[in-house]
Amino acid sequence: MGLLMNSQLMFRAMMENEMKKTILVMMAAVLTLFFTASAMSEVMSLRGNSDLNAMAEKPAKKTVQSIKGGIARSYKLQPPMTPHTVDKYKINLKNNGCLKCHSEKTYKKEKSPKVGDSHYITRDGKTQSTISSRRYFCNQCHATQMGAEPLVKNLFEGVK
Amino acid sequence: MSNGKRMGGFTLILIGIVAGIVLWGGFNTAMEATNTEEFCISCHEMEQAVYQELQETIHFSNRTGVRATCPDCHVPKEWVHKIIRKIKASNELYHKMLGTIDTVEKFEEKRLELAQNVWKEMKDTDSRECRNCHNFDSMDFDRQAERSADRHDEAIDAGYTCIDCHKGIAHSLPAGYDPANDLPGDPEE
Repeated sequence: MGLLMNSQLMFRAMMENEMKKTILVMMAAVLTLFFTASAMSEVMSLRGNSDLNAMAEKPAKKTVQSIKGGIARSYKLQPPMTPHTVDKYKINLKNNGCLKCHSEKTYKKEKSPKVGDSHYITRDGKTQSTISSRRYFCNQCHATQMGAEPLVKNLFEGVK
Repeated sequence: MSNGKRMGGFTLILIGIVAGIVLWGGFNTAMEATNTEEFCISCHEMEQAVYQELQETIHFSNRTGVRATCPDCHVPKEWVHKIIRKIKASNELYHKMLGTIDTVEKFEEKRLELAQNVWKEMKDTDSRECRNCHNFDSMDFDRQAERSADRHDEAIDAGYTCIDCHKGIAHSLPAGYDPANDLPGDPEE
């Protein structure tokens, strides 16, 4: 008998334990749900708060600007920006389309700015008659402009 | 029997007319078939190099959706000139069989020579094929960029032809060719 009682008590104790566990798990679940919901309401998708089924706003189409007289520099030693389209010109191993107008041979006739003198100096400090290979790829520094407004407004003013 | 003779004569003329239409039409159809981009790039020599370069240029895709294909620039429109060009093309078939430019490397090696051939031809014909579409008479200089308008004015006065300035606009320029040394109006020209 004593043995039976004992096992019954043990069974009840086990049941109580299980109940406690279940309640704990459920509470945790409710808490998690609560926090997730509150966290989700704060996270905004990169595409903004627009409805998934609504079309995103189409950005205005921009084309490369042609600006007569060039674009003023914003700071000393800035590589001048390209004030015209360049899609017809290619730069590859065989040819450099920019040099058709900007080279030392042609700039006068084409009335275009000559490639900077520094561009004829090799990394060893020697001055060459043709452009140095480290300055060959013009569009690494000289970029065309599309006139896009900065995404974040700022008060930057170039040097005058 | 004069009646039968006359009938025979009519039949002969009729056969002649029909045969003429069929043969002439067939000849022209066959020739036009060789005047398509599809035909030109059916040879890998054309497809793998020059056609790839063309696709990046304004003659291939542009604002208005007008495309110039190979024969528009490389085959004359007028019949006599066209036939002459077609006969000359037998030389191209010969070199196709020899495999003169059957790899890109071989082609690049000969590119300067080949380009100069085309440039010379265009200069000799006063850029005839360009002018099938581009004419000074139909150019509105007010709509052009200032630089373009100025240079075109200069070109009319000096009698330049399109290819004098517009080299390497539909295909890459050859290595060893420096446009800076080839400005029209240079003393050596």
